This record gives sequence, C-alpha cells and structure tokens, in this order.
Amino acid sequence: MDLSKIGIILLSGVLVENFVLAKFLGICPFLGVSKKLDSAVGMSIAVTFVMVMATAATYPIYANILEPNNMGYLQTIVFILVIAALVQLVETVLKKYVKSLYQALGVYLPLITTNCAVLGVTILHFDKGYSFGEALINALGAGLGFLLAMVLFCGVRTKMESAKITKSFAGIPITLLAASIVSLAFMGFSGMV
Amino acid sequence: MSGIVLPIMVVSLIGIGGGVILTIAAKYMAVPVNERVTEIREVLPGANCGACGFAGCDEYADKLINEGVAVNLCTPGGGEVAQAVGKLLGVEAGEVVPMAAIVKCAGMCGKTSYIMDYQGPRTCEACNFFYQGRGSCSHACLGFGDCVNVCQYNAIYIENGIAVVDRELCTGCGMCAKACPNMLINIVPKTSEVYVACSSTDKGAFTRKVCSAGCIGCRRCEKTCEYGAITITDNLASIDPEKCTNCGACVGVCPTKVIRSDLPAAQDETA
Repeated sequence: MDLSKIGIILLSGVLVENFVLAKFLGICPFLGVSKKLDSAVGMSIAVTFVMVMATAATYPIYANILEPNNMGYLQTIVFILVIAALVQLVETVLKKYVKSLYQALGVYLPLITTNCAVLGVTILHFDKGYSFGEALINALGAGLGFLLAMVLFCGVRTKMESAKITKSFAGIPITLLAASIVSLAFMGFSGMV
Repeated sequence: MSGIVLPIMVVSLIGIGGGVILTIAAKYMAVPVNERVTEIREVLPGANCGACGFAGCDEYADKLINEGVAVNLCTPGGGEVAQAVGKLLGVEAGEVVPMAAIVKCAGMCGKTSYIMDYQGPRTCEACNFFYQGRGSCSHACLGFGDCVNVCQYNAIYIENGIAVVDRELCTGCGMCAKACPNMLINIVPKTSEVYVACSSTDKGAFTRKVCSAGCIGCRRCEKTCEYGAITITDNLASIDPEKCTNCGACVGVCPTKVIRSDLPAAQDETA
C-alpha cells in the first residue's frame, strides 16, 4: 500500500465523503453536541476512536465468519452487537488503565454505542472492497471528517448566537438551515477523488 | 432447516462471547472504590442535582476524598450534611449559605397575553422552540412546568400561568434553573428578600405594550438605591444580593411593581 493511496483514502473520508455533511449520518450528535467547542471536540475524538476500534473488530468477523458462510445479511445486527460490546469493553479498560482519557471522553463514550455514523463506517467500506489496512485508514478519515464537521458547525453556531435572527427562524429552524448550507459547501468536494 | 441454524448459532455465539468478555473485564478490571467514598456518599442527599458543581453525588464524594474540595458545596443538604461530611473527613465544615430559587417573571394571567393557541407538546422546551414561545413576551414564563417536573422537593408549582417557588421546601439545588428554557429562575441566598420579577431585555416601550408587569428600564430604582445594589443592563434591572440590604426603597418607586419583596418563607425566617 503506497503513500498516495493512503492519502487519497484519508482525504476522501475527511472531505469528499464526509459522513455528516455528505452522507448525512450521525446528525444527532452533530446538532446536539455542537453548541460548545470543547464538548464538540471531545465527542469527535471519542467517535474517531470508536470508529477505528469498531472497524478493527468487525472486519475480521465479516471476512472470516459471515462472508464464507453466505451470511452477509446478518451484517447489521452482528455489527451492532459487536460495537455495543466493544464500547463497553473500551470503557472498562480506559477506566482502569487510562483514567485521564476516560475522564476526557466522559459521557460521550457510551453515547456513541449506537451512533449510525459508527455503524456506517464499518459497513459502507465493503462497497469499495478495501483491505483491512485501508478500511482502518478509511475509519480514521471518517472520524477526522466528523471532527472537522463538528468544529466548523460549532463556529457557525457560536456566530449565530450573537446574530439577530427573525423570530420565526430562531432556535432549531435556523440551526437546520445553517447545517444544510455547511453541507452544500461540502458538496463542492464531490467527484474530487 | 440448516439454513437457519448456523446464523442463529453465529449471532448467539458472538453475543455470549461479548457477554463473557465483558464479565471477565468487569471482574478483573474493576476499579476498587474507596471505602470512605462510600461512607461519604451515604451521608449526601443522593438527589444527584449537581448543585455542588459536579456530575452527581458520587463524583462529589470522590472529589471530597481524592481532591479535597470544600465540604460545604452541597446546598440541598445544607449545614447538617456539611457537618457530617466534615466529621468524616476531620475538617471544619464552615458555613453553608441557604439558597432558594426565585422566578424572574410576573407575567401571570391578566398581566400579559398569549399570541397563539399553542397545540404542540406540553413542555416549555418544545413551546419555546416554536416561534420562541406562545407568550406575547418572548422572555415570559411559558407555564408548562418543565421546572415542576425536575424538582425533587415539590417546591415549585404553576399558579395563574407562571411558576411559583415554595421557599420553605426549596433547597436551592438549581435543577429548575437549568430546566427553564428562558432562564427565568435564579438561585439566590435565602436572606435576600427583594427581587426583580422580570427577565425581559426588550426596550421599555415594547415591554409595556405586551405586559403590564414587566421591567421597562426606567432607572428609578437605580437612582433610589442608596447602596448601589441595583444596575440596569439591557433595559432590565438586576439586584446584587451582596450589596442589597432588603431596605425596600426600590419596591416603592417601581412604576410597574416589578421589584417585589413578597417572598412568603423569607418573612417566616425573620420572624
């Protein structure tokens, strides 16, 4: 696997196929936790971490158990099971050995157990036929893309707080509008890779 | 038949495997909980309200032991809990200032009006999302009682369309202040009796139009106060409880009677 390929996979994960802004997965944390910068960054780092771990755990199960036995249709339920157990395990391990990281991730870790972006990352890369290593890089790229989207949108929301917004748009409506405009900007990347 | 057996086996095996790994992990990686933390945790009220500034009673107990934070942070528990915790830790408890919630809105039925017949979910939060609420004043109490739902001491209730605090039951935990989407509820020392019952930062003329019990920012109270405790910011008077002496001079001059000193339980305390 040469360096340019790694770069392309990473870039496509961050920009072209941004999970939040181009694939519309993981919208719940995107709207819910993007009010403050520190919680947005905390959430994104936790998501990135779980995405990579989940891909590392689910890829071998799919390739070695499900695929050879023609049980591809079990993918979704098995992956959810594995991700849920994995997040619990990661939480226990972190609590014991890496207390500082555990405290930094805080409530966000259990929150993302059933985040659709995490499930999406583990499933969608099969369409492209990535190898194990490529799938891991793809997961890392997707996580970084999530971080980018969160930080960008957090900036937009902070600006919006001081803006004078028409009464009928205040609150959720203007947030959704702003999200769609940020998403439109990311559409500009489509077809690049 | 064989088509269904294998998938069932695979899913159950993965499930059981996950369960076994988690159980083993929980057993071997359990972080031993300090016995003294458990002791202190039992003394704390257990409301998990977060008034101390930590995520709950468990975290406060943990911080008390491991980081030596102050023992008098628990407002719901008051002096009793502070002393009990201090005894366990062998430190002086210090004083706990009793706090209580005040609702900074007096827009009850008859004083202000609704601009719509709101039919959505019956919570303040939902109503506030919808065109900033049903009241003609966007800072008004929405009256659906999100604060009532979170109060663990039954100390707040809705009367005449606005929230009212029972000062005797209120522990000042601040759960209601967090629940109010319009941020109308403040936590102040129980000793301060004078408060501004309005949160509107709209211009005086507009406030006057939509509500007969709103602060219009006329500055009469600011000029009257001898102690410099009242300041007007964004067309709204606010009282600094540290400077206020409860003299009540401002109550008399307020043209819309929005500065009040009629807190029932506060009078009981002085008696």
